[in-house]
Amino acid sequence: MIAQVPPNLAELLGQVIGYIYPNEIEIHWSILIVVYPYLTGLVAGAFILASLVKVFSVKEVQPTYRLALLTALSFLLVAPFPLLLHLGHMERSFEIFLAPHLSSAMAMFGFVYAWYLMGILLLEIWFEYRHDLVVWGREHKPPLRWVYRALSLFSTDISERAVAFDRKAVRTITIVGIPSAFLLHGYVGFIFGSIKANPWWSSVLMPIVFLMSAIVSGIALVLFLYMVVTSLRNEPLDMKCLDRVASYLFYAVVVDFSLEALDFIHRLYQSEESVKILAQLISVKLFTNLVILQVLLGMLVPLAVLVAARTRRANPDLRKLLYFTSAILIQLGIFSTRWNVVIGGQLFSKSFRGLMAYKMEMTGLEGLVTTLGLLIAPFVILLVLVRLLPAKRVGEAPVHPA
Amino acid sequence: MNKREFLKKGAIAFIPAAAVLQALIRQAEAGATSGAGAAGSPTPGYEPRDHWYGMGIEVEKCIGCNRCAEACKVENDVPPEPFFFRTWVERYTVKQSGETEVECISVNPRGERKTQDEREALRSFFVPKLCNHCAHAPCVQVCPVGATFTTADGVVLVDSTRCIGCRYCIQACPYGARFFNHHTNTADKCTFCYHRVVKGLLPACVEVCPTQARVFGDLRSKASRLVRFQRMNKINVLKPALNTEPKVYYAQLDGEVR
Repeated sequence: MIAQVPPNLAELLGQVIGYIYPNEIEIHWSILIVVYPYLTGLVAGAFILASLVKVFSVKEVQPTYRLALLTALSFLLVAPFPLLLHLGHMERSFEIFLAPHLSSAMAMFGFVYAWYLMGILLLEIWFEYRHDLVVWGREHKPPLRWVYRALSLFSTDISERAVAFDRKAVRTITIVGIPSAFLLHGYVGFIFGSIKANPWWSSVLMPIVFLMSAIVSGIALVLFLYMVVTSLRNEPLDMKCLDRVASYLFYAVVVDFSLEALDFIHRLYQSEESVKILAQLISVKLFTNLVILQVLLGMLVPLAVLVAARTRRANPDLRKLLYFTSAILIQLGIFSTRWNVVIGGQLFSKSFRGLMAYKMEMTGLEGLVTTLGLLIAPFVILLVLVRLLPAKRVGEAPVHPA
Repeated sequence: MNKREFLKKGAIAFIPAAAVLQALIRQAEAGATSGAGAAGSPTPGYEPRDHWYGMGIEVEKCIGCNRCAEACKVENDVPPEPFFFRTWVERYTVKQSGETEVECISVNPRGERKTQDEREALRSFFVPKLCNHCAHAPCVQVCPVGATFTTADGVVLVDSTRCIGCRYCIQACPYGARFFNHHTNTADKCTFCYHRVVKGLLPACVEVCPTQARVFGDLRSKASRLVRFQRMNKINVLKPALNTEPKVYYAQLDGEVR
């Protein structure tokens, strides 16, 4: 790797407002680190939505169950890449497994990730699909037959007893999975929230805010995908399911908004040493991203839309449109939230006397092209997964229009 | 042997084998580091545990000549660009209006300075900054692989052969003392010129300071200049509320300095 000082640092020096420590000119955690919590948030949120079916027996949401699991998997598979690409020494990343420094909030990352991927998600998906995999392995011709057989790990038992065990296993894994999903994303919040040097990050609410916004974004994504995938298949949407998911989305947004408002009011009221520079940060650097995109378009408008869809007794077609709009707006809002936390937290000097600037690269390793690639990759994986592992159970009746 | 037995026996064999392997790796590592230490040749008989280093800075003595920052860049191969400093000097001007203006003179040391109207200025002074080698260092705490560590003599160092370049330490430092070295692709910072100190020499910045505004010493030795400095001055440290326990001690530090 050829070492190179980022060429735009001199240019950024001209954009500094006030005084910053000289080493602060470089923004260290770039757009890739914005993408990472966004992706894991979607994973955690989608999984929690899926869990509602198994643990709390919410029958209406059943049509989204398998889709939610596969969505979580697709996003989780891509999640470590922004982190790896960001490292100065990618080849040493395994050190975090071999020699974790236990006092570091970041050291557990590899283990939390590995546990969630292998201990929870893959296991749950395997038990959920095992029966169907065995059946598909018998029905299909090679080479697909071999794929299904390999995926079923060459199990063949689809007796009543074996299937009952699968169901029990799925339920148990889900019960363990909910705290694990909380852990996965709450943990990402803790990595930021525990940095006392940075008043924009340092907050005990950070893990909880991360978690709630994760749930919001995950539910919105599954809602969006359910509508898109079902329409692509020319199947009718299950309105009961849609209404239920949308109502969960509504409650999640309300809780998320309340928490973030609490955080904001708390900072404002406490009015610590950093309050002036943070106020300047919001008004000068983050006004569009925070006030317009995150709060207004990403939260208040979708809330209003969801309320309208519920109270006005809108007809199904209008409801679909309203849900779809709010799901997209919420994704936009949550991505802005991640941006405002990660990039926003690096735009003010720890001397509390000045503001820095961030200019995203276009084509570099940490540029816009890579970012878009990383955001598109999960959908490509999901496309393959949905083809390979259909959401409809073997022997399940075809869906009738609602 | 059935499946269950195989797994059981495998686990029983695996755990002690892993422990032995780990012990071997540790031993090999310890051998490697002691070898490197010998090559760096500290004073014969140098025992890190007998020392606890710190630095004193007498704010009123600093004349803002920037020789410390320049000497540091030369001594430690710090990248020449004005965005990477292991030490730097700030100029403060507190105005009659109560407003404070700060400038880092090390960024453009030969450049033209904005002259302050004397009638407007209430007080003005220079403050040298560097890594505080905190006794309770947040950068050491957050390093996920232990590449940043505190030596037995109290110096915070980065092992550039181990650092994965995640930059969490840079985020965790409240003093902006760390930067990312794009030549090594690892975190970089002041070492108190550890390579000199273990040979009984002074850090480069202390050596070149024409007014002796910087005092380096061993806090474990009652005869050291630093202990005398602490005895003779009212001392303050930067951002004490963060409980990082810095070991760079400032005399006559103004409340405006952060």
